[in-house]
Amino acid sequence: MRKSKAIIAVLAAGTAVLAAGCGSSPSGGSSGSGASSVDWSKVTSLTATGKTDMANLIKAAEKEGQLNVITLPSNWANYGTIMTDFSKLYHIHISDAIPEGSSGQEITAVQTEKGQSRAPDVVDVGTPFAVEGATDGLWAPYEVQTWSNIPANAKDANGDWYADYGGYVAIGYDPSKVKVAPTSFASLTNPAYKNMIGLNNSPTTAGAAFAAVYAAALANGGSFSNIEPGIKYFAHLKAIGNFVPTAIGGPTTVQNGTTPILIWWDYLLASEVSPVVKGFKIVIPSDSSYASYYDQAISKTAPDPAAARLWEEYLYSTQGQNLWLQGFARPIELSTLVSSGTVDKTAYDALPPAPSGSLSFPTQQQQAAAENVVTQNWAKEVG
Amino acid sequence: MADSSIQAVAPEAAASGATPGPATKIIRGAIRWSGVLPFAVYVALGLALPTIAIAIGAFKTNAGAATLGNIDTAVHGTYLTGLRTSIELSVVTAIVPGIFGLLIAYAIHTAKRGNVLRRVVITASGVFANFGGVPLALLFIATLSTTGVVTGWIKDIFGGFNIWNHGFTLFNAFGVSFAYMYFQIPLMVLVILPALEGLRPAWREAAENMGAGTWQYWRYVAGPVLFPSFLGCLLLLFGSAFSAYATAEALTGGTVALTPIQIGALLNGNVLAGQENLGYALGLIMVVVIAIVMVGYTILQRRAARWLR
Amino acid sequence: MAAIASTEQSGTSVPAPAAGAAARRRSLPVWRWAILLIAAAYFLIPLYAALKFAGFKAFTQVVGYQDFGSAFALSLRLAVIATVLTLVLMVPTTVYVYLRLPRMRRVMEAITILPIVIPPIVLIIGVLKVAPGSLLGTPNLLGLEYVILAMPFAYRSLDAGLRSFDVKTLVEASNSLGAGWPTTLWRVVIPNLRTAMLSATVLTVALVLGEYTMASLDNFQTFPVWIVNFEQNSGPVSVAASLLALFVTWILLMLIVTVGSRSSRRRGFGQVTLFSVGAGGAGHTTVGEPE
Repeated sequence: MRKSKAIIAVLAAGTAVLAAGCGSSPSGGSSGSGASSVDWSKVTSLTATGKTDMANLIKAAEKEGQLNVITLPSNWANYGTIMTDFSKLYHIHISDAIPEGSSGQEITAVQTEKGQSRAPDVVDVGTPFAVEGATDGLWAPYEVQTWSNIPANAKDANGDWYADYGGYVAIGYDPSKVKVAPTSFASLTNPAYKNMIGLNNSPTTAGAAFAAVYAAALANGGSFSNIEPGIKYFAHLKAIGNFVPTAIGGPTTVQNGTTPILIWWDYLLASEVSPVVKGFKIVIPSDSSYASYYDQAISKTAPDPAAARLWEEYLYSTQGQNLWLQGFARPIELSTLVSSGTVDKTAYDALPPAPSGSLSFPTQQQQAAAENVVTQNWAKEVG
Repeated sequence: MADSSIQAVAPEAAASGATPGPATKIIRGAIRWSGVLPFAVYVALGLALPTIAIAIGAFKTNAGAATLGNIDTAVHGTYLTGLRTSIELSVVTAIVPGIFGLLIAYAIHTAKRGNVLRRVVITASGVFANFGGVPLALLFIATLSTTGVVTGWIKDIFGGFNIWNHGFTLFNAFGVSFAYMYFQIPLMVLVILPALEGLRPAWREAAENMGAGTWQYWRYVAGPVLFPSFLGCLLLLFGSAFSAYATAEALTGGTVALTPIQIGALLNGNVLAGQENLGYALGLIMVVVIAIVMVGYTILQRRAARWLR
Repeated sequence: MAAIASTEQSGTSVPAPAAGAAARRRSLPVWRWAILLIAAAYFLIPLYAALKFAGFKAFTQVVGYQDFGSAFALSLRLAVIATVLTLVLMVPTTVYVYLRLPRMRRVMEAITILPIVIPPIVLIIGVLKVAPGSLLGTPNLLGLEYVILAMPFAYRSLDAGLRSFDVKTLVEASNSLGAGWPTTLWRVVIPNLRTAMLSATVLTVALVLGEYTMASLDNFQTFPVWIVNFEQNSGPVSVAASLLALFVTWILLMLIVTVGSRSSRRRGFGQVTLFSVGAGGAGHTTVGEPE
């Protein structure tokens, strides 16, 4: 066995060498290191002066030098620019894992990569996942300096998670292929739209598609606790042949004409489809305005706790909020920005006109119940 | 020669004159089997252990308590529909590609100037059998969507006849089956070809010398010999279609309930949080279905082996 | 057994069939070409449509595109790990079972069929549950599991390879000349298995380059995952990338088969076995000279 053993040993060593150039990104710094002996992973908010003030946070974060984010596509709500600007400003290297991943994958990553230097520091997830993470004890409570500007119904009382940006469910269409402009959910039943209307994904898998069903429910006599009319609406749309149920609805399918009409978040229609489809138009349905916000959270086991907190402070500063605005998303503190006059006027005016009135969101229970209804009935009724 | 009775050449066994005692037999047996130990360990760790973990997880709640609730949910409502549709879809996409694959394999098997053709078809099969998911969906969308190439050709040839206006759609179970054939047919070609090779030309000669026509040859000679292999390969195709996930999801967006897609939504989606154990239950049920299929496959293999030896 | 049968067929002179039968056979090709034409249409037209959709420009953009490099490098790395481990594990095992435990061969076939039919989506979630922490976050875990997925193809390739030459005689001869088991394996068996090992390698690489489900659920952006992820970013580039991967693997496989059959012809064997799946272990898929 001597020679074979030697060969196997060489092969194994070769494999090990290859494996050593491994996935763990260069570790920035140990957690808890700071300008002094501050354990930043336990800090729940900044103080005006002293060891846990902004200046010390910046110092500690720069010392860590690394921030692990996850599932942030660069053309989603302007994240590309946000990450570049943050990096340049604070000399912190950002690693973005699985840029096109889902909220579920973010939660999984936090859980399975615990203790590794590549584990996510911060997440940007849909509300069901933020809540689930809080229940599972994954988040470190933290209140940014502008905490009071975040509406109470858009954050966790404990500070575990907080809404960041959002948008409305909107109808986007390519005028070169769609001659009659759609204006509402009701208008989409026009036979002229045969084989034209798509969702971005399946409502049982993707937040945006689920929101579209919720919005359709609101337009058809439903409510936050009754999403069934929304499912019936899409069933009807499919029955008359208007609905194209592909799960890869997006810039590509609008481009090649498979789904010239696409129901998606307004900011994603603007940032992902508009650039590739000339003259692309976006309209918020007149019979239903459903907005949903994603949430930020800091991982309790973040390998770079100071950088994580600095990132949140950056996102909720005027600068960060305006950067999201430039990505066509509505930052959660928008009303404050507008009233204090610090809003980026050009970006604000570029947004599709929003319906007036205050925003209302479904409660956790309502949303969870609605999700179950959709899971159970979508294939049955729409299929 | 491969399966004949030449025993393992163990010089030490041949050399020893006396009958080995029981302890020696055990040790020798252990040494004989130790050759497959690395393989056995690898399969145990990489295949058996995860399956067992899923089986255990299927019976737990999120909090870790034992429960039958997941299994109960998994066999009702939309999940039961999903299982049924998955099985139906898999049966259809096993039989139809199975027949086509057999015909194609036979075509190249008997081709006279077969060399280059065989090479192209077999290598293509090896490559296409692994092609699926979103790229495959995009391929078919580019071909058969409302703005697809073939849709356009049909419109041009038949004076404006738009198949989409006459009930055709890519985004239902039919469309998915049509796309599945793209990797099922190659898989069938790869696995049925050896069985075809096992049909000795001598049998064909003998049959013809006795006056049998093509039909009689197939009906009485080749057919019965090939049939168990053919069924075995169909079972393989069934398993492959049953496990397929990405293609169906890309084309139907959840409007067709299929178990793998449902598992994906439970474990990897953006909507349903905290229902992983239900996903494990669904996974366990899939493994059970496959196990039943496997048993059938093994029985059929044994029957066919008699003829192809 | 079929290996001997096939070589017999290539060497045996077939008695001239009755004239009628020959005439019938010569006129048969019509349906054969019809089937092959339909098949060609079904497989090639969508490729053409995809090419048209991607456009020439997209192909030039693939290599430099965002994240392409790291995704492709990761896939290559996984392919290397998987291939090396597969060969190291399967070659000795297959040879050993073939020579020493012939009755185990049916069991081996049954076991190695499992990875084809156990849903990868089920397998990966099980693996994620039981993997030890040190492996869990690394792509090496994927590499290790790809060995399992490659097993069916590797085993059958090697098994077919073993049946294409007279292993038992060579091994006996080597043993009687005083060579130990490892020497025999390394210097007698493996050189004859070169083509089979090459086939196993290419099939494993094709598998790794096409495997999406497990990689995506394990949160790693391998090449197939990149293709899906960036489909929203740029459909044409994504399609161009998958077409490239398809064609390159196909050409590679064709090259191996051509080179392999030429060299095996030199050594006096009539055909090159690509990979075998058979009832009871008989039969193999051959390319090269028709028997």
